[in-house]
Amino acid sequence: MAQCEAFCGTAEQEQKLKAVIEESRSTPGCLMHILQEAQEIYGFLPIEVQKVIAEGLGISLSEVYGVVTFYSQFSLKPKGKYRISVCLGTACYVKGADKILEEIEKELDIKCGECTPDGLFSLDSCRCVGACGLAPVIMVNDEVFGKLEPKRVKWILDGYKEDAKR
Amino acid sequence: MTIQELAKIRNAKKELIEVRRAVREQGEKLAAKTGYRKQVLVCGGTGCTSSHSMKVIEQLETSVKELGLDDVLIVKTGCFGLCALGPIMIVYPEGAFYAQMTPEHAKTVAEKHLTKGGEIVKELLYQGTLTKKGEIIPFSETPFYKKQMRIALRNCGVIAPENIEEAIAAGDYQALEKVLTAMTPDDVINEMLASGLRGRGGAGFPTGRKWAFAKASQSEIKYVCCNADEGDPGAFMDRSVLEGDPHCVLEAMAIAGYAIGSHQGFIYVRAEYPVAVTRLKIAIAQAHEYGLLGKNILGTGFDFEVEIRLGAGAFVCGEETALMRSIEGHRGEPRPRPPFPAVKGLFEKPTILNNVETWANVNPIILKGAAWFSSIGTETSSGTKVFALGGKITNVGLVEVPMGTTLREIVEEIGGGIPNGKKFKAAQTGGPSGGCIPASCIDTPIDYDSLIAIGSMMGSGGMIILDEDDCMVDISKFYLEFTADESCGKCTPCRIGTKRLLQLLTKITEGKGEPEDIAKIEELASHMKQSSLCALGQSAPNPVLSTMRYFRDEYEEHINDKKCRSHVCKALLNFTIDPVKCKGCTLCARNCPVKAISGTVKEPHTIDTDKCVKCGLCISNCRFGAIERK
Repeated sequence: MAQCEAFCGTAEQEQKLKAVIEESRSTPGCLMHILQEAQEIYGFLPIEVQKVIAEGLGISLSEVYGVVTFYSQFSLKPKGKYRISVCLGTACYVKGADKILEEIEKELDIKCGECTPDGLFSLDSCRCVGACGLAPVIMVNDEVFGKLEPKRVKWILDGYKEDAKR
Repeated sequence: MTIQELAKIRNAKKELIEVRRAVREQGEKLAAKTGYRKQVLVCGGTGCTSSHSMKVIEQLETSVKELGLDDVLIVKTGCFGLCALGPIMIVYPEGAFYAQMTPEHAKTVAEKHLTKGGEIVKELLYQGTLTKKGEIIPFSETPFYKKQMRIALRNCGVIAPENIEEAIAAGDYQALEKVLTAMTPDDVINEMLASGLRGRGGAGFPTGRKWAFAKASQSEIKYVCCNADEGDPGAFMDRSVLEGDPHCVLEAMAIAGYAIGSHQGFIYVRAEYPVAVTRLKIAIAQAHEYGLLGKNILGTGFDFEVEIRLGAGAFVCGEETALMRSIEGHRGEPRPRPPFPAVKGLFEKPTILNNVETWANVNPIILKGAAWFSSIGTETSSGTKVFALGGKITNVGLVEVPMGTTLREIVEEIGGGIPNGKKFKAAQTGGPSGGCIPASCIDTPIDYDSLIAIGSMMGSGGMIILDEDDCMVDISKFYLEFTADESCGKCTPCRIGTKRLLQLLTKITEGKGEPEDIAKIEELASHMKQSSLCALGQSAPNPVLSTMRYFRDEYEEHINDKKCRSHVCKALLNFTIDPVKCKGCTLCARNCPVKAISGTVKEPHTIDTDKCVKCGLCISNCRFGAIERK
C-alpha cells in the first residue's frame, strides 16, 4: 500500500467529513469530536482536511491547527497499514520496554514517530495502555502483545509482513 | 421506571449476585434458588482480554452448548485484580479460581467441572488457592485478597457490566433512590462532608467541601464532571472501575447533580481506553432505557443527563481547568485559579470535577453512612485506596486496601514479594508527580499526609515496585522525559524548567555530570515548584527531589565515580570477558554488530571498549556467562 506524496482524499471521504461537521456543529465544544471523526475517515489530519473543518465551523485555520498539534492522538502525517505503538508507561519501562522499542527500530530501520517507505508499518510510543500486568506491551493496530522479549519482535513483524502479502 | 419497579429488578437477581459474594456452603444453598447450578465468571477487563479471554468465553459457550449444560451461566465481568495471571475465570458456588486460561483449558473445565457431579480441576487452579497438602481454599482467603477491602471495586469482577439489571441487583442506583426520596441536597452534602472522603485523583481535596462550594454558587446552569483521563502511566484503577461497574459512576454523578443543583454531567475519558468507552456508552443507553438517567428520574421530577467526551492524549488534561478547556474543544491548557471551577468552570458555569475512583465511593457512603466510612482508614484519610501494583512484583494487579496499610503489607503479603530473588529497592507512587519510597520507609502507614511527609504523594494510585536492577537516576530521567514531553508550554517555569532538568539528568547518566549539578538541580526544582501555573509543573521536580533525598549516593556515584551500580546507564558501563569462563566458541564475535570482539577459536576473546556500543547482544548470546557488565 503505497502512500501518495501529495494529499489525495476522495470525494466520498469529503462528503462523510461534511456530514460529520453538519451533524455536530451546534454542540458546544464539538471540534475535538470532529477531529477524531476526521482522523477516522482519512487516517490522518493533513492541512487540507483542517481547512475544510475550519470553514465548516466558521473558525480560523490556526485555531484548528492549534488543537490538532496539541494532542498526541492527532497526526499530521499518514500512518502505516500496521500501526505499532510501544507502551512506555512506567510498568513497561522498568521491565525493558526501551529495549523492545530499540529492537523494532532496528528491525524496521525507522525511528519512533516514522513510517516505513512502503507504508506498511508506522512506529510510535504511547503512555500506558493499562495492561500493566502484561508488561512490556506493544500494540499493533488493536492487537496487544504482552510479556515481550526483544527476540520475539522479529517473529511478530514477520507475521504482519506475511499477512500483507495475502 | 418507578421505585417499585426498581426494587423488583433488584430482588429478581439478588441471589444470583449473592452467590458470587458468598463462601462455601452458603453459596451452594443460594445457588439452588437461582436456577443456575454453576456460574462461570470470566474477566473481560483490558488486562485479560489482551491475553485473549474472549476466546476462553467463546470456547466455554461452545462447550456448554455441546454438553447440553443449560443450567450453567457464563458471565463476562470486569477486572478481578490479579492481572498478571490472566485470563482469569471463577466458577461459583465453589469459588474455584482458575488462572492463565486457554481455550483448551476452558474445554477441560467444562467437561470435568461444569458437568453434573463434576469436580474442580486442581491442576488449572491458581496455585495460591491450593495448600501444600493439595486442599483448596477460597480465593478470598489467599494472601492477595485477604488483606484487601473492596469498596470502590465492590462490583468489579462480580457483575456483568453490560447488564444494568445485574448492576441494580448488586446495589447500584439504590443510593440514588435514597437520595431522591429521603434526603435533601444539604443532607447529601453533609453526609459527604462527614464521611471525610478526599479526592482519589491525587490532590486529596475533601469531596464534600467541593460539592458545598458548587452548591453555594448561584447559577441556573451547573455541571458535574467525571475525570476519567487517567494519565499516570502505570495506574489503571479508573479504567477498571469503568470497565467493571460503569453504572456506579453514573449514579454518583446524578447524586452530585441533585446535591448541587445540576442537570448535566460530562465524563472526560481517555481515547486509549476503548473497552471502557464502549461499556460507558452501553451503560448510559441502558440507564436511559430504564429511566435512571434523563427526565423525571424515578418519578421524582429530577432530570439528569450524562455525555461522554473523549480525550486525545494529553497528560495535562488531568488538571481540572485544562480538562474543562478540552471539553470546550480547545487546547487543553490550564488557567490560573481563582476563580475555582466551583465558581466558574466548564463553559464559565459552576462545575464540580471528581475522578472515577472518588465517584465509586459515593454509593456506599450514602447507603452505609458517613460514620461507617470514616471508621475505615486513618484519622485524616478515611476509606480505602486502590493501587495499581506494577513493576518488579509477583502479583501485578489492582489492590484496594484501607488507608493506613503499610507498604510492607502491600509489597510482601498482598504483592507476594519481589520475583527472581531480588531485593526491594523502592516503591514509586504518584507517577510523574510523585516520588520514591525507599526500603527504609517500608513500614510507613500509607495515607495522603504520611506520603507527603516522606517526599512522595498518593497521586492517583500507581505503585511501581523497583528492585536493585533499577537505577534511581535513570528513573527520574524517565519521569522528566515524560513531563518535558507533556508540558503544555503555556508557562515558562514548566516549559523551560522540565527541559533544563532533563538536560542535567541526561548529562549525569551519560557520565558527564559535574559536582555542582546537584545544587543546580535543587535550585531549579525549587523555582519550578514555586512558580509553575499548574500541578504538572509544580510537581514535575518531585521524582528527582525524592530520589536525591534517599539515593543521593547514587547521584554522587554517577557524577564522581562515573559508575552506575544497577548497570542501567549505558555510557557508564564497560563490557568485559572473563578469560577463565570464556571457552572461545566465537559466538559473541560472530554476532557483534560493530565487530568489537576479537580472538581465535578455543582461546579467550576480548572486547575493544572503544568500538563497543554496549548493545548487550554478546551477553544474551554467551552460553557460559563469561561476559560481564561493570
